[in-house]
Amino acid sequence: MEITANYNPPDSGPAARKFLALGVIGLIVFGIGYTVNKTQFYNSYLLAYIFWTNMALGALMLTMLQHLTGGAWGVVSRRILESATRTLWVMVPLILPILFGGMHSLYEWTHTDVVKADPILIAKAPYLNETFFIIRTVAYFVLWLGLITLLNRWSAQQDKSLESAVPATKSMRWISGPGLIVYALTMTFASVDWMMSLDPHWYSTMYPVIFVVGQVLGTFTLLIITMVWLSGREPMSKYITKAHIHDLGKLMLAFVMLWAYVSFSQFLIMWQGNVAEETPWYMIRKKDGWQYLAIVLFVFHFALPFLLLLSRDLKKNVRKLAAVAGLLMFMRYVDLFWLLRPRNEWMFEKAAEAHDKSGHVFGPHLTHSFTWMDFAALIGFGGVWLGFFLLELKKRPLLPVNDPNFEEALNHVGH
Amino acid sequence: MEATPTTGIYGLMAEFDTPTQITEAAEKAYAAGYRKMDAYTPFPVEEVCHAMQMPKSKMSLIVLTGGILGGIGGFLLQVWTACVYYPLNIGGRPNFSWPSFIPITFECTVLLGALSAVLGMIFLNDLPLPYHPVFNNPRFNRASQDKFFLCIEADDPKFNAADTRKFLESLHPVEVAEIEK
Repeated sequence: MEITANYNPPDSGPAARKFLALGVIGLIVFGIGYTVNKTQFYNSYLLAYIFWTNMALGALMLTMLQHLTGGAWGVVSRRILESATRTLWVMVPLILPILFGGMHSLYEWTHTDVVKADPILIAKAPYLNETFFIIRTVAYFVLWLGLITLLNRWSAQQDKSLESAVPATKSMRWISGPGLIVYALTMTFASVDWMMSLDPHWYSTMYPVIFVVGQVLGTFTLLIITMVWLSGREPMSKYITKAHIHDLGKLMLAFVMLWAYVSFSQFLIMWQGNVAEETPWYMIRKKDGWQYLAIVLFVFHFALPFLLLLSRDLKKNVRKLAAVAGLLMFMRYVDLFWLLRPRNEWMFEKAAEAHDKSGHVFGPHLTHSFTWMDFAALIGFGGVWLGFFLLELKKRPLLPVNDPNFEEALNHVGH
Repeated sequence: MEATPTTGIYGLMAEFDTPTQITEAAEKAYAAGYRKMDAYTPFPVEEVCHAMQMPKSKMSLIVLTGGILGGIGGFLLQVWTACVYYPLNIGGRPNFSWPSFIPITFECTVLLGALSAVLGMIFLNDLPLPYHPVFNNPRFNRASQDKFFLCIEADDPKFNAADTRKFLESLHPVEVAEIEK
């Protein structure tokens, strides 16, 4: 089919430039933090980096998922998701400071003197060592970028002509099955490496699931906000209907429930098991104010959005739905903060002790609260990420006209 | 055709071929002032409900109430058994071990929510209903196959056998049938 109708995105260039400028300012301010407290700097770095990279990776998952499941929501949201996946290229250079500078400030297991004094860490050393960590991280990015490149190339091919669309559609559907398996495995290992190994004694098999569910929920919040924004202006206001956004609201509700389900499951199993290897992770999170953050997460990451999203009227009201999505996007950050920031103090002390013995200076401690560096990093990475996202968004038409379900998806009226 | 006395009939039923046609017909019937009418389709056609300005179903409220009662009931059942009626020391944990009550609370919420959905549906549909006049139309079994029916009931204050028939015929139906009570 020729592209006769106007499916072009609105000119997001000016907004993108504003975000990029904000991002650069944020990153410059954040850079000052490096000279103030290196430990804090890298911890804030990791948190903000993971928060924004999650948007791109969740979009990769949803792109593949909707190729497999079909559905009108997938057709109208595919181009937004694909634009989000392409931003992963920007996140590649940004991981380098962590790999080649920040690991010592983040991960206890990189300190050989600490490892030597700790039988558990000695046993884990074949997996938790710097070289293997870097190799694994490179492998994750190669696999993710490979999937992203193929999916985006075939998607462009699908747009070209009706003849090229058939093999392209088949290819995208073919790769999405194995692609999701690759995604699930790499995300599991990446969350263990980047996040769970911050507390190298502790382990939980539910942790990667919590991470992935949260990641996809984060992408849904971004997707809904973007869809509502696009549906409010020409030309997308003609094609994106309330029914499409309503469907996304239902899926977001499902992921809110799933997040609560997996988060609580981990807690219940560890509480019930009451084993010394598992409970410390929760012990440090039930004091020093972290217990209040847990209540905030329960209320604003689950209870309130759950009750609000139960209402069909709310899900059909695009502005209110976007407001709930905004709340959830913020809560995604709070959840990551709760996962990443509380640390086993004794481990730090042990590390400092070991360093003192070997004559090293350990440096200032990590602050156990939200600091200006966290804020600057969030704005910095966020500005850059959103800027590139908007630039990618205007590169291609917003609807896949040659998709076999295109007509059906546009006439979707919902239930 | 002569005007039939309205006493013995349930209503007039127009038969359509497509969901679009019946939606348009329902819109026009509503605009013409008819209120007591119903549409019968082989699959859910949500636009017809909008066209007839159907009031919001009470179902969601019934299910919500059922779910809340189930959740509270399930939780209290466990609190009562574990703390009052039969306290047991399980691995030294407190009697009021709320985290382990959550799965049952969740299941009871789902159970009562689902049960109230089924029972609420049966109740709101006036089921069981051994007799309904619409089945007097011999072609009505097609409503569960491939035809769409709009029935304007004789109880409607605007109903008049001759005028209503004329109105329905103006909507280009396959056929307009008189339904006996």
